[in-house]
Amino acid sequence: MAITREEVLHVARLARLSLPEAEAERLREQLSAILDYVKQLDRLDTRDVVPTSHAIETGTPFRDDVVRPFGDREALLANAPDRLNDCFRVPRIIED
Amino acid sequence: MANVPVHEWTLLEAARMVREKKISSRELTGAILARIEALDPKVHAYITVLPEIAAAQAAACDEEQAKGTLRGPFHGVPVGLKDIFCTRGVRTTCGSRILHDFIPPYDACVTEKVLAAGAVVPGKHNMDEFAMGSSTETSFFGATRNPWDLSRIPGGSSGGTAAAVAAAMCFAGVGTDTGGSIRQPASLCGVVGVKPTYGRVSRYGMIAFASSLDQGGPIARTVADAAALLGVIAGYDRRDSTCVDIPVPDYLAAAERPVKGLRVGLPKEYYEGEGLSPEVRAAVEKALKALTDQGAVVVEVSLPHTSFALSTYYLIAPAEASSNLARYDGVRYGHRAEGASGLIEMMSRTRAEGFGDEVKRRIMIGTYALSAGYYDAFYGKAQKVRTLIRGDFTKAFEAADVLLTPTAPTPAFRLGEKTGDPLTMYLSDIYTIPCNLAGIPGISVPCGFSSEGLPIGAQLLSKSFREETLFTAAGAIERALPVRRVAPLEG
Repeated sequence: MAITREEVLHVARLARLSLPEAEAERLREQLSAILDYVKQLDRLDTRDVVPTSHAIETGTPFRDDVVRPFGDREALLANAPDRLNDCFRVPRIIED
Repeated sequence: MANVPVHEWTLLEAARMVREKKISSRELTGAILARIEALDPKVHAYITVLPEIAAAQAAACDEEQAKGTLRGPFHGVPVGLKDIFCTRGVRTTCGSRILHDFIPPYDACVTEKVLAAGAVVPGKHNMDEFAMGSSTETSFFGATRNPWDLSRIPGGSSGGTAAAVAAAMCFAGVGTDTGGSIRQPASLCGVVGVKPTYGRVSRYGMIAFASSLDQGGPIARTVADAAALLGVIAGYDRRDSTCVDIPVPDYLAAAERPVKGLRVGLPKEYYEGEGLSPEVRAAVEKALKALTDQGAVVVEVSLPHTSFALSTYYLIAPAEASSNLARYDGVRYGHRAEGASGLIEMMSRTRAEGFGDEVKRRIMIGTYALSAGYYDAFYGKAQKVRTLIRGDFTKAFEAADVLLTPTAPTPAFRLGEKTGDPLTMYLSDIYTIPCNLAGIPGISVPCGFSSEGLPIGAQLLSKSFREETLFTAAGAIERALPVRRVAPLEG
């Protein structure tokens, strides 16, 4: 199942991956081959099958809704690529 | 044992020697660090070696022991960690450029447990980027080599851990397994690797790839060592909502039990494929004979949906990965692209620069499989087939206590041999992937060598939370087929 160049670029935008021209074409070929392979699943009739999201069903555990502060604030902020005081600085969010 | 070089001791032997004060942790740790210094330039099993931290941990262990305290069962013994487990204050990269300078502010649950058991951590092991790969070649930090033949790959994604254990650059290690990433490299490096039942080991602080499949587990040179290490890292942790609260049995005792009467199932689909090397088949048949010679009985079983497992996995795992890896946006930690004019451009360029080809490919497949108009046809379909694959195992375990299969279709392949074709690379995990989809546990145990001297492993699978049965069967194979434990590498 061939996917188009436009689809590759659309998916890359959704995934927030900037793609150079050459890479888009290579990915289009590779993704088409992989999607061709996985289409074999269509041979199975799964109309009455319940999907599995987790193999070991444990239910949803509940906990009290209480704040538990993380002790080492500085260790968190120290990883910031760009920091201003206690904030993570980013490029402008609202574009022209 | 007195004449054996210390690095060749098993994990349990080393722990006993420290406990009985036959060797100090400083000496033991020093021997391992010296071995890493001598051999790792060739093998490249470590992304980060921690000589100062390990030496300080060893010194602290010795001091505490002098005062009469032992931290736990591995007091003073070097145990390595795949670089996917967060280590507080120590760089944790997940094999990726995007985390090349990430210093976790907390320890993973596995890290806490290994340290609480008294282990010294000599370093962080190399891995395929974000655990996506079967050869450790996708690591941003360069490939690891197989200690049995340096022109070959060690398997992956926990290839660094398996290679480090096989080359005695640690006594054991903890890896992770999403589709075979512990068992396949263990098989290719001639060591024991365990993928526990989903929920047996906490995933807290273990960097996520595919959350419904990921599970941490031990890699060691003997079945008993792997059993002891699983006993340490298993158990309930409230910080992982999928971690299961049931008691941890005595795995070490299970490794000693007889196999008489054990029903060993041979899933016929695992032996029919064209890709299975005759040498691997012959070695696995020896493992089977070892079991039947000790009184196990053979039953033939069928897992009819086996041929659909790879497709199912290559939709579910990338879908979950595309969601998990959305967090790497260059805002709070990790790599950030320079000079972007807006936020979206910054994120898109950060991710393009920070992720390697295989990771990008899987993010793209996953994003496509989850995108509007395709969700039901791809992701939804795969989740339904996953139910069929689980059902196959449920049925097989009515007739059998344990299933015996090859771990990997071939011994270790050469570096670069499969990097050009993603689908061919994916086929290395054909026997290990169904286990993750079903959530059940599996082990790879060495069962022989190829004519070229490359290790071969046999895989055993059991019902959920029956790791004891795996250790019993693997122990019986190990006793009958003693194989060389440490790769013959010279410094």
